[in-house]
Amino acid sequence: MDIIVCIKRVPDLAEAGLEIAADGRGLRTEDLDFDINEWDDYAVEAAVRLKEQHGGVVTAITVGDEDAEEVLRRALAMGADQAILLDDAAFAGADPFAIATALHACIRSLPFDVVLCGAVTSDGASGQVGGMLAALLDVPQVALATGLEVDGGRARVRHEVEGGLEREVEVALPCLITAQSGLNQPRYVSIRGIRKVADVAIAARSAGDLGLAATAVGEAGSRVRLEGLLLPPAGKRAEILEGSLDAAVATLVERLRERGGL
Amino acid sequence: MKQVLVIAERRGAVLDEGVFELLTAARALAGGGGRVAAAVLGHGIGGLAAELARGFDRVFAFDDERLAEPDGDGDAQALLPLLARGGFDAVLLAHGNLGIDLAPGLSVRAGMPLLADCLELHWAGQSLAGTRAVYGGKVHARVVAAAGGTGAMATVRGGAFAPAGPGTVAGEVVAAALPAEFAPRRRPLRTLRPEAGEVDITQSERLVAVGRGIEDEDGLQLVRGLAAALGADLCASRPVVDKGWLPRSCQVGTSGVTVRPKLYVAVGISGSFQHMGGIKGSPFVVAINKDRAAPIFGVADVGIVGDLSEVVPALEAAIEEQKG
Ligand SMILES: Cc1cc2nc3c(=O)[nH]c(=O)nc-3n(C[C@H](O)[C@H](O)[C@H](O)COP(=O)(O)OP(=O)(O)OC[C@H]3O[C@@H](n4cnc5c(N)ncnc54)[C@H](O)[C@@H]3O)c2cc1C
Ligand SMILES: Nc1ncnc2c1ncn2[C@@H]1O[C@H](COP(=O)(O)O)[C@@H](O)[C@H]1O
Repeated sequence: MDIIVCIKRVPDLAEAGLEIAADGRGLRTEDLDFDINEWDDYAVEAAVRLKEQHGGVVTAITVGDEDAEEVLRRALAMGADQAILLDDAAFAGADPFAIATALHACIRSLPFDVVLCGAVTSDGASGQVGGMLAALLDVPQVALATGLEVDGGRARVRHEVEGGLEREVEVALPCLITAQSGLNQPRYVSIRGIRKVADVAIAARSAGDLGLAATAVGEAGSRVRLEGLLLPPAGKRAEILEGSLDAAVATLVERLRERGGL
Repeated sequence: MKQVLVIAERRGAVLDEGVFELLTAARALAGGGGRVAAAVLGHGIGGLAAELARGFDRVFAFDDERLAEPDGDGDAQALLPLLARGGFDAVLLAHGNLGIDLAPGLSVRAGMPLLADCLELHWAGQSLAGTRAVYGGKVHARVVAAAGGTGAMATVRGGAFAPAGPGTVAGEVVAAALPAEFAPRRRPLRTLRPEAGEVDITQSERLVAVGRGIEDEDGLQLVRGLAAALGADLCASRPVVDKGWLPRSCQVGTSGVTVRPKLYVAVGISGSFQHMGGIKGSPFVVAINKDRAAPIFGVADVGIVGDLSEVVPALEAAIEEQKG
């Protein structure tokens, strides 16, 4: 079985103080740590498990610059067999449609039974690339998968649907599935594991290699333009209890008595 | 003066109430003299269409056995001719599970730009424009659909618009036919309902919620102690449940349980909208988080910036002391 998994390198947001770059269109990245998008970790794990069950080849693909190689190495360490880096200045400023366009141009020349994407990225948070890519590839897709089994040319997918329900559906291969968190518990990747795949060659492809005009990708090929980033309006802010831990906790107990019904 | 289409989501035999939030957004975008239409898909949906026709000028009712269950892949096929016919300046969907499943594919097939998960929508000249939250809600992005003359789609975050009240529009219901080439590619096998848990947190007056900040299962014990001291039930954000540390019935959020407590203490939770979307009834919200910039502090009433491994035991002790 041929399995393709699309992954993205994203900044770790949990404890970072984010600063908008001077051009207002991105973040200042100097102080940020980067890693694979959380949902893509589930997608890679699902891809590798399919290979382990059915045999075959897992190909990890990312649209990014040379720094994005590190997430491809991570996917290789998890068990992917090959990796492709779609890297071209022309890809810069892409919206989800332009990302899907680049991925489509790469994937259409590869054999595939299942394409896996993450449900959403933690940075751009659009949740669009998977569904758009499926439409471009003209294959059935199922979003927000929490369970996946493949058997006899069909995928049986459990996914999150309306009203907090889940539904189990069946689609014929080839298909595209987007991974929701909880689909699996991704395996641990050790530094040693990454070192083992340090010599695996990563194929790089430019827009031209994919037969794409520079105007079809990146900002030029986008259907949605980013006007700019801004900090959210301050709105209501919590009363932050400052001072020593004891003092803060004492005030909190007071607040809980006054307003928390303690 | 614009034409706006809303794609209504249904949950079994009822409309998802989010459609009335979309109606508010649609009316604002349509402007005076503009028209708002709804599309609803399903089987035996005459009642739903009639309900929509009280608020929308026109309702396209796709009533067919093959649409019995929402299916983002199949529904896109059903809706494509309506969109391809043109004439809609904007097409709106809720950014819920169905919208996530349906909108991206439909937008590509209809050749329309898609603005995802918008908090606000407006026109920038002739182009649909909006604001969306990115980077975990710490930053907002202003986005605009590229001009193309085909109209644009947007999915809208729940709660971003106030729901429209009961309508008196007497709109027209149009029976919409499925395209001849309609061929659903998903076969539904079964629908699963979430399992009830030991504790029904929808009934809890006090909740202590644990998030990914606890790092390991030992952290959970710490928070259990605090919950006990507060006489509160324990609940969680999704990552804690995904790790298997607490049952699914404990997950608060848009894909979990909706709770209505009086007190909500969020420990090590960043405050994603998917989590906060499950908290209703304006409880008193306490946040404990080591990131001063965490969005949770934008919605909490009171907070302590600190490491939960220090704050939680200290708080538990202070509460116990207070009880005497
Ligand atoms: C379609 C969809 C549906 C979803 N549905 C839900 C849902 O129903 N419910 C839900 O919760 N999520 C849901 N999510 C996931 C959601 O997007 C977030 O990923 C999730 O809510 C984050 O959980 P968290 O706040 O616990 O973790 P994080 O966002 O990782 O935040 C952890 C927080 O802990 C803090 N922290 C870390 N260490 C410490 C420490 N030692 N002391 C104090 N603070 C610390 C950090 O500063 C951070 O703010 C959904 C996502 C999607 C795409
Ligand atoms: N630059 C990229 N390279 C490869 N895959 C991507 C990229 N951006 C997004 N994806 C895939 O599309 C999914 C959804 O992304 P998004 O629509 O940006 O939220 C991600 O989880 C990835 O699987």
